[in-house]
Amino acid sequence: MDQAVAKRVIELIAEQALIDVDQVKLDSTPEELGIDSLALVESIFAIEESFDIQVPFNANEQHGSDFDISTVGTIIEAVADLVAQKGD
Amino acid sequence: MRRVVITGQGTINPLGKSVTETSAAFADGRCGIGELDIRDVDRLTVKVGGQVRNFEPDSHFDRQELALYDRFTQFAIIAADEAVDTAGLSRDEFSRSGAGIVLGTAGGGLNTWDDSYRKVYEEKKRRVHPFVVPKLMNNAAASNISMKYDLIGPSFSVSTACSSSNHAIGLAFQMIRTGMTDIMLTGGSESTLCFGGVKAWEGLRVMSNTACRPFCATRNGMVQGEGAAVFVLEEFEYAKRRGADILAEVSGFAMSSDAQDIVNPSKVGAARAISGALRDSGIALDDIGYINAHGTGTTVNDRTECSAIREVFGAAAETLMLSSTKSMHGHLIGGTGAVELLACILALRHGIIAPTINHLQFDPDCDLDVVPNEARQAKIRATMSNAFAFGGMNAVLVLRSI
Repeated sequence: MDQAVAKRVIELIAEQALIDVDQVKLDSTPEELGIDSLALVESIFAIEESFDIQVPFNANEQHGSDFDISTVGTIIEAVADLVAQKGD
Repeated sequence: MRRVVITGQGTINPLGKSVTETSAAFADGRCGIGELDIRDVDRLTVKVGGQVRNFEPDSHFDRQELALYDRFTQFAIIAADEAVDTAGLSRDEFSRSGAGIVLGTAGGGLNTWDDSYRKVYEEKKRRVHPFVVPKLMNNAAASNISMKYDLIGPSFSVSTACSSSNHAIGLAFQMIRTGMTDIMLTGGSESTLCFGGVKAWEGLRVMSNTACRPFCATRNGMVQGEGAAVFVLEEFEYAKRRGADILAEVSGFAMSSDAQDIVNPSKVGAARAISGALRDSGIALDDIGYINAHGTGTTVNDRTECSAIREVFGAAAETLMLSSTKSMHGHLIGGTGAVELLACILALRHGIIAPTINHLQFDPDCDLDVVPNEARQAKIRATMSNAFAFGGMNAVLVLRSI
């Protein structure tokens, strides 16, 4: 796992959930962290701005999209992939 | 027919951040208009406006609220909080009675449009904040207040340019009168003082770059303002039963459409709204002691308005007082009628007639008592508030003491 990406994503999620970074675990779901649907799109916006990437996320098809938001860990993986693609 | 009374009022506008501060400014004839302090003001031709100064949104709202509330919503919530507080009503009572909210606004979240366009067009950003839509929509203020106070009844926003607030208040009045609800929140809010908002108005060449001087022979146009006012309207018996402090009765309302010109006002259309409101109110012509004029400070509006008043009031026009408080707070467009209703309530409750300030020279086309420059003390029984919008849509309210 890309540690720099992981650290930054966790910071952004913690900020959005108004909690401490230590409370954000890799297997936490957005729901468990108190991130509702509005906070989720705001988190994705923060991720896009922070990494200068375009996240293919549609709130209507959360399970069918390439960007897996099931847990903090899957989000980090997906962000890391997008960051790597950007470098290609 | 059920009677409707006002039991709460709240505001934030260029003259003050409460009804008390605003009333004091009306009584002192104080001007809230000054040099605009907004981004890119150097690229504007019009550089004056009635801004709400020393306003710190973060002292009123938390981070999540700020992400969702455009400035016009912030103003509306602050005004609603004061109105609810003075009415002494609880969230429970609103919800139990099925209360609703109707608010006027012309521009809605114009600052949000402006900032977002700037990001994608000027700064070439790839995206805007995800809450842009819920923030800029015209019903955002009414919706956020409905959530705060559990207003589960008829709720929507009204947009008829400069008449928005009067239309909103008139509709809320009719809903209570006809038995749809017992309690309504109503009023209006506007915040168009941003680069795009002022630039658009510059184009029409109707703006003054010095001051708003309604009814003065040397007047040279309107000045934009910003802010909000919100009222609690209640069915009379309901208010009496709970021992509410009744500020005034809303006794008449009428609307008319000129159906003529998209910007030029019509004397006939204005006169029909004025006489309609009087008829609806059932009071005599000479009961009206004070009219809060639309009085924008443009050559055409002020002349047409005075002429329409003369036509309806005839001899009674000689004894009534007419003033435009826009000379002090500017033209709040969709929020203006709400802030101006505060002057009507002040006149009924405290006998203080707010003046038309900046009046330098008598204009024979506006030969009514326009209460120039200094407030007056007078005991009056009823007042009228005029709003004549671009697009020819007129809305006039009549209030009386109780």
